[in-house]
Amino acid sequence: MSLRNNWFVVIAALTALSLAALLAALWLGPVPIADPFASDVRTRAIVWEVRLPRALTAWLVGAALGLSGAALQGLLRNPLADSGVLGLSGFAALGAVIAFAFGFMGFAPIAAVAFALAAATLVTALGWRARGPASLALIGIGLLRLAGGRIALALNIEPNPGALADLVNWTLGSVEGRSLADAMLAGSFLVVGGALIFASARGLQALTLGEVAASAIGADLLRTRTLVVLGAAACAGGATAVAGVIGFVGVAAPHFVRAMVGHDPARLLLPSALAGGAMLVCADIAVRLLPTDTELKLGVAAALVGGPVFALIAARLASRGGDA
Amino acid sequence: MSALLCYERAALELGERRVLADFSLAVGAGEIVALLGPNGAGKTSVLRAGLGLIPLASGAVRLGEDDPRALSARARALRAAYLPQHPQAIWPLSVEALIALGRYAHGGAPDRLGPRDQAAVDAAIQTCGLGALRARRMDEISGGEKLRVHLARTLAQEAPLLMLDEPSAGLDPAQALGVAEILQAHAKRGAAVLFSTHDVALAAHAAHRVAVMAQGRLLAEGAPEAALTPEVLEQAYGKRGRLERVGSGYAAVFEAQSLNRPA
Repeated sequence: MSLRNNWFVVIAALTALSLAALLAALWLGPVPIADPFASDVRTRAIVWEVRLPRALTAWLVGAALGLSGAALQGLLRNPLADSGVLGLSGFAALGAVIAFAFGFMGFAPIAAVAFALAAATLVTALGWRARGPASLALIGIGLLRLAGGRIALALNIEPNPGALADLVNWTLGSVEGRSLADAMLAGSFLVVGGALIFASARGLQALTLGEVAASAIGADLLRTRTLVVLGAAACAGGATAVAGVIGFVGVAAPHFVRAMVGHDPARLLLPSALAGGAMLVCADIAVRLLPTDTELKLGVAAALVGGPVFALIAARLASRGGDA
Repeated sequence: MSALLCYERAALELGERRVLADFSLAVGAGEIVALLGPNGAGKTSVLRAGLGLIPLASGAVRLGEDDPRALSARARALRAAYLPQHPQAIWPLSVEALIALGRYAHGGAPDRLGPRDQAAVDAAIQTCGLGALRARRMDEISGGEKLRVHLARTLAQEAPLLMLDEPSAGLDPAQALGVAEILQAHAKRGAAVLFSTHDVALAAHAAHRVAVMAQGRLLAEGAPEAALTPEVLEQAYGKRGRLERVGSGYAAVFEAQSLNRPA
């Protein structure tokens, strides 16, 4: 009973944290603003047309990455899984880059989700029986290299320098200059992906027992797998289509949340989404406030912070015998 | 008495290897049947084929009236609970949450237990003597305790048939006998139990019938004292052995060749 109450407390706290981060994002930025709710034209333009869409996009992208990370970890029984590590984001970026390169910009989101789906299908098929976190991460690295190589090829043969700069910027991952339409796009993929993922929650719990015993207690593993693959592809594909490649949120969010709500994969889903959203909004505030000449890209910042965190988690797992 | 589980001349191949051949056995309500045999005799395959987890090459398995492979996972789980040989808890849930996973087929989940589910979980915890551990995490308890938690999880499933792959592996003698008592109490309430073990005495003690296997075939089947003859034991294990009555229980003794002990 106390466990249950604890969960609601964590949800409330993470929701409050998300709202506080969003508020801070309206208030803080390179241009000082005393009162973000002031009604002068300048403030309104900056706060409502620049900062709000950007902050909302960051939150929705972070939530999608946190949620898909938690779901992929449950499915593959591996705390290092996430859409970045497993190559879903890389493939999504490739899909979008191909759509860009061939001049079908409007289809970039669909292409991103389709490619993320291909990667998710591939990685779960290959990684389903992979024992231990390391082997799965290696499969992901393989997919990432594949996607990275193709993106490099697309950049290499892109004749238009303007488009090239856009593409490069975007593969680094950023929510700079995003509009409400972008936020809506990320939001709608999050809603669809989230619905699929939450429908898989009980199956993810059952997988705690391993494949055979999960099936023996009555779990339909094909259904669970299909739901998570589709849901994670929608979340990661949508997030990448809007914000480019942003890694490690999907590993870090569930990792931090476990310390608060325990290891039950179903109970991790919602808090991981909230934590991922809050984390990315905070990270985006940080890159906006850092006094660099060119704004640090959010995806780069995430990698700078997330890379070491990832290595730490991996090292702790390895020291425990690894097969967690 | 209609059988809850029935094998009719079942044969099974894994790759090139024949794992089961001409295997027939029936387990009825209220009955405990022990599967004995050396490593690789096919005991695990019998259990997995009974659950429909692996397809037969020929012959038939019936779970109740049906081919288990034609049943949905949920329908199967309502008829039979399974304890695998090396049960896993990949995420360190609490003991109670892990046992609650047994309620999956009834619609229950660790974070969503109806009164009926909670009662089944509580009963399983009590039966397996896990009351003091229920809030502990799975990575904070001993190997023997883990096995008992997984046994409790199969009991909480409230299926009429229990299929247990070495439920006493790694347990000390007193704990192993404790498992035997749990199974007997469960069978008295009408459940059927099929379990594999390497503990010949425990099989004789706990089971109404034993089935001795070697190389995928049934060597002998029947009441423990009748089936576990020195000939059958030698044929199964390659060592001369016998089953002895000790008090109200049994001991199994195998002849060891004289070892070269230092003088």
